[in-house]
Amino acid sequence: MFKAIGKQIKIIWSQIVTLWLVFLHLFKKADTVEYPDVQPYMFPRWRGRIVLTRDPDGEERCVACNLCAVACPVDCIALQKTEDENGRWYPEFFRINFSRCIMCGFCEEACPTHAIQLTPDFEMAEYVRQDMVWEKEHMLINGTGKYHDYNFYRVAGKAIGGKGKGEARNELPPVDRRSLLP
Amino acid sequence: MVSITIDGKNFEVDEDNNLLQECLSHAMDLPYFCWHPSMGSVGSCRQCAVIEYADDNDEKGRLVMACMTSPREGGRYSLKGARKFRAQAIESIMINHPHDCPVCEEGGECHLQDMTVMSGHAYRRYDGKKKTHNNQYLGPFINHEMNRCITCYRCVRYYKDYAGGTDFSVQASHDNTYFGRWQEGAYESEFSGNLVEVCPTGVFTDKPFAKNYVRKWDLQTSPSVCTGCGVGCNTNPGERYGTLRRIVNRFNDEVNGYFLCDKGRFGAGYVNSEQRIPVSMTRDSHEADPVQIEPDAAKQALKDAAKGAIGIASPRASMEANFALRELVGEDSFYAGISAKELGMLNSIIDIYQNRPVNIANIKDIENSDAVLILGEDITNTAARMALAVRQSVKNLGRQMGADLNFPNWHDAAIRTLAMDRKSPLYILSPHATRLDDVAKSVHISSAAQSARIGLAIAHAIDNSAPAVKGLSKEEQSLVDEIAGTLKGAKQALIISGTSSMEPALLEAAANVATALNDGDSKANLALAVPESNSLGLALMMQGNEKALEQAMSSGSKKAIVLENDLYRRAASADVDTFIDGLEQLAVLDSLKNRTGEQANLVLAAATFAESSGTFVNYEGRAQHYYSTFKAVDSIRSSVSWLSDKSLNELNAECAAALPHCAELTHLTPGEGYNFAGLKAPRQPHRYSGRTAMRANINVHEPKQEQDENGVMVYSMEGVPAIKDASVFNSPWAPGWNSNQSVFKFQEFAGGPLKQGNQGKRLLENNVKDKPWYEPEIAGDSDNGFKVFPIYHLFGSEELSAFTPAIQEKATSAYIALNPADAEKLGLHSTDGVQVEHNGAVPFILRNSIAAGTVGVAVGLSGLNFRNIPGSIALDKAEDWQSPDNWKAANIIVSDRSAESGKGSAS
Amino acid sequence: MFSFEVGSLLNIAVVLGAGLAVSVMMIWVERRFLGFWSDRLGPNRVGPFGIFQVIADAIKMLFKEDWIPPFSDKFTFVLAPMILPIVMLMALAVIPFAPGVGVMDLNIGLLWIFAMAGLASYSTMLGGLASNNKFSLLGSLRGTGQMISYEVFMGISILGVVILADSFTLRDIVESQRDGWYVVPQFFGFIVFTVAGLAESHRWPFDLPESEAEIISGYNTEYSGMKFGLFMIGEYIAMVVMALLMPVLFFGGWHAPFGLEFGTPLISGLFWMSVKAGFFLLFFILVRAALVRPRYDQLMSYGWLVMLPLSLINLLVTGAIVLYQAG
Repeated sequence: MFKAIGKQIKIIWSQIVTLWLVFLHLFKKADTVEYPDVQPYMFPRWRGRIVLTRDPDGEERCVACNLCAVACPVDCIALQKTEDENGRWYPEFFRINFSRCIMCGFCEEACPTHAIQLTPDFEMAEYVRQDMVWEKEHMLINGTGKYHDYNFYRVAGKAIGGKGKGEARNELPPVDRRSLLP
Repeated sequence: MVSITIDGKNFEVDEDNNLLQECLSHAMDLPYFCWHPSMGSVGSCRQCAVIEYADDNDEKGRLVMACMTSPREGGRYSLKGARKFRAQAIESIMINHPHDCPVCEEGGECHLQDMTVMSGHAYRRYDGKKKTHNNQYLGPFINHEMNRCITCYRCVRYYKDYAGGTDFSVQASHDNTYFGRWQEGAYESEFSGNLVEVCPTGVFTDKPFAKNYVRKWDLQTSPSVCTGCGVGCNTNPGERYGTLRRIVNRFNDEVNGYFLCDKGRFGAGYVNSEQRIPVSMTRDSHEADPVQIEPDAAKQALKDAAKGAIGIASPRASMEANFALRELVGEDSFYAGISAKELGMLNSIIDIYQNRPVNIANIKDIENSDAVLILGEDITNTAARMALAVRQSVKNLGRQMGADLNFPNWHDAAIRTLAMDRKSPLYILSPHATRLDDVAKSVHISSAAQSARIGLAIAHAIDNSAPAVKGLSKEEQSLVDEIAGTLKGAKQALIISGTSSMEPALLEAAANVATALNDGDSKANLALAVPESNSLGLALMMQGNEKALEQAMSSGSKKAIVLENDLYRRAASADVDTFIDGLEQLAVLDSLKNRTGEQANLVLAAATFAESSGTFVNYEGRAQHYYSTFKAVDSIRSSVSWLSDKSLNELNAECAAALPHCAELTHLTPGEGYNFAGLKAPRQPHRYSGRTAMRANINVHEPKQEQDENGVMVYSMEGVPAIKDASVFNSPWAPGWNSNQSVFKFQEFAGGPLKQGNQGKRLLENNVKDKPWYEPEIAGDSDNGFKVFPIYHLFGSEELSAFTPAIQEKATSAYIALNPADAEKLGLHSTDGVQVEHNGAVPFILRNSIAAGTVGVAVGLSGLNFRNIPGSIALDKAEDWQSPDNWKAANIIVSDRSAESGKGSAS
Repeated sequence: MFSFEVGSLLNIAVVLGAGLAVSVMMIWVERRFLGFWSDRLGPNRVGPFGIFQVIADAIKMLFKEDWIPPFSDKFTFVLAPMILPIVMLMALAVIPFAPGVGVMDLNIGLLWIFAMAGLASYSTMLGGLASNNKFSLLGSLRGTGQMISYEVFMGISILGVVILADSFTLRDIVESQRDGWYVVPQFFGFIVFTVAGLAESHRWPFDLPESEAEIISGYNTEYSGMKFGLFMIGEYIAMVVMALLMPVLFFGGWHAPFGLEFGTPLISGLFWMSVKAGFFLLFFILVRAALVRPRYDQLMSYGWLVMLPLSLINLLVTGAIVLYQAG
């Protein structure tokens, strides 16, 4: 009986303490940053607006492998592969429906060529929803983004214009299929 | 059955299968590369290593390759024990594999990717240099990227040993091995496309698909049936962004198994052709320019046109579409859109299947036959999948020899070595050398009529009660005796013939041979090839009557509705012109522009097989349902929805009720109420990407899901893939198995039939006990001019696939084939053209096998019109002749070509 | 007619107008204070200090699609949100603000308030039922059960006050506290009444009828636009009424504490009434900011096992003392 009453008093006391402690927050400074009057510092790895980058040679990095599209949890990336006359793959169109995008960054993680990257720009609101559908020409930048030195085709085995078979990094020249020599 | 223990668990397994197969059948994930259910084991990739223990006390065991091991009673094995070995094996396999996956067409459905993940190899430790290889141009169908090769030897085992190709092999030595042709150039085999599926990685990829590539997971697919010929192979077309991207094989144990021919795989590009009819058009008179008409108005116009019109059906339209036409115009005004001769032959096939004591052979039966007689049908070009099966049937002798020595069937290399050149007998009677000659025991060159006579004589030699034939030469008589003796001695004989030679007696001769072989309890196999995807279905719909195209054209009707049919391919141009000129109203439903459609008052844009659903009946009377792969734009509708207000399912049910033999038609699909846990079968795989962006450029607001015609599948990724019914068996996928190899997860045992049954329904069966005989009258060959026989081309002879760019690259324009001596008589030089009587001027080639006085005429190719083969024609050297642009002599792959022929005139 | 006495038109207009205005402004006040107490700023964008936020909210609410679900019972669906603000305004009518200020003096004033509060539960109940939605139904069931239970203790808890004042008339109760607030003799009654009052107006932490974490939004799940707005306004009026009842019953109403009276009785009364009511309004907001929501079974067992005995003991003891003092 007394134990039960004691417990109840303890509970009520805890509530009163809570009320008092919360009340004291009236005299604390608010944590709110008053954006847009005050611009916040954006960290370089912030997951904001998506860009397509170019490799150090200035060519499109995207090889239209579709991995970003399949990694996308909201399926907001659609693209079509095409290739140039020398067999280099690139996207014929590359479309992101930003009205669906949740900025999760899975596409960036999935990208094997560092082509798709998220940037610290988050101010992407539009008045018309249709304007949130972005095509490749809206997203392609003239730079390497966060990763400066990577060039996928330098390490891939596929021959493209300017790089024949056996000319990639760590490759032997093509074998002579007519030779039986060891 | 024997009982074995794998990792402490007991299993009952079939000792006739190898251990790998049994592990897979019992839902264990054991990696492998070189084994293939159709090609057996050679044990070259070392991936399926397991530990075998000598007895219960053995703790160490020894490494064995599961694919090379027969399970033994009481055997104790461990998969886990060899995991480290398998990881090391894959690591060495991957040493030279390029860093290519993002730019590889196999990525996402790559057996090598799956197996690497499964084996547990994740990081490359070797930092030496990678071996590289140069690629070859291998024709319009296949891409070559030799760097990716892991030397599992599946490609050469398929191409050379399975498909009988001679122009592809392994070259160089030790770890420099190279898989390619002796020089760059297109593959000669008609089955090269299967390399795409056989290769476990991306060395051989689908070239037309690669040009317009998307990943497997992005393809909207459906169970479909090939429209290329009468075999009815099951296919799995894939669509993305509204265009058909590719065809892959859909496993059906009784029809195509694991393989398709190249026409089936690469010949469906016509769906995206620029020759497609995009919108319905109408015009008041023949001279007026056609104007576009809205779909609903077009449908009304067709309804108006149907009053008092005759309907001309089509052997390439579905059962439902043909039946809808019959409903629209009435049974009396319903005509088959094929020649009377062809209809008569199809009717006679139905008669044979029903009233002769034969076993209607499916492709699997063909593979299992141990003595084959081909009567006057060039099956490589008219029913290609059959030819691949016949190639397998000749290996049965080797298998039997192996079985006698207790070698299991799957022991591929051993059996091949054992058999050497010994093969089961294959006899071919044909007017020209065929692509199967290399495995034939004997090839006899004779005209169709003569082949029919020999066939009748064989029947008589087997069974005395069969009608006898007189007037055979001595040489022919000895051939007859040899074949009769062989067929009689065979366990399971097979007779193949078909309609392509347009000689009705040939079918009856084949039926007689098969009947003669019936000894009461065992029936001989009989396979009769038909020309088009629904030829036999159309004949079933005609119910034995003779209302063919000729009757339609002479019916005097002023109005006609033509369903998916180019009449100019069915009858002489002049006759069709007269017919169309006499019409007041011609309505044409078709998907591609053709000469008939150009003259119509009303053209309705019809859907192709990829955009509509329906039923085809193949050469063996097997009805198979194909589901639409994607929804076409609204202006293109299926023939069924143009012709009828009823739903596809209603028409299907009415068709089944109205026609004899067709009751099973309603059981081809699981029906409108089909669901699993409330969900339909999805067309899109569960990883389908880009749904919210693919149409966003048109409108960011996403449209409602399209509705399905059948009510069985949905145009969505939501749903449960085929669990209850194999007719909705779509693109196979299983966890960890992204490649087509995952099909074994859906089979009763690895390599066996599908768990869910439903491989189509056979409409025709026979229970005949007695032996009725045909006594055909065979017209004597006429003596004036050249005796004519048709030559078919796998690439180009068929109407629809000829619209596909890749097929056009492999096809040629029409030509004639002559004996060199005849050419000399006509004074022809290699660059000359030949004027064909009542027809065009065409180039020629010389073939040594063709008998003097006969001429082969290429059928279905541009430049000649020969649907009804005349007995004989006159040939002349053409004046002022220029070879046509699409004359590509190099595409004519024959073994008996005279060195002189076709040179120079190629463009 | 325009004289300043209870029941005059001016009086009615001012009291009801002010009551409504305060209730509406409470939306902004509550949001700002909730902000402060959780180290935020709260709405501060619309107008100075964000005071026009209420107008922005109202505009938004009015222009929202006023959607009536096709599966609902339409008449009841429309009726339900009207009940709450109407009965709460009726309850407001008997509150004595200051000498001569009030809509009416009813000799059963306290019972009237209870009657109105009882009617208010129909709003919750009918709203949930008419929505024809399982979450709404769950919410309205919770609301009804909770209101019925807590009304019992609420009633019993203030019987002590009635015994001491010997009247149901609120003005008499205030008058009888001229010399001492009832919060002293009736401390337990005050505690029980506060808790029950929170539960009765289902304000946090007793907002189980609409606990969004479990049942979406409870009985008002299907409501949108101004119909939802009526629920919200009704709730704020209930909060104001409760905050006004507190001083009337336990804190001496308009009487100034420690003799701090100034000016006329009217001005002084209104000032002190406002100060006391304002204190309780802020207290309610603080409770919302600070306390966590109990489970429904905890709420019910707490009511019946703790509150009921406490209020009964309080009543018995009060009665005994009064009887003893009366000799």
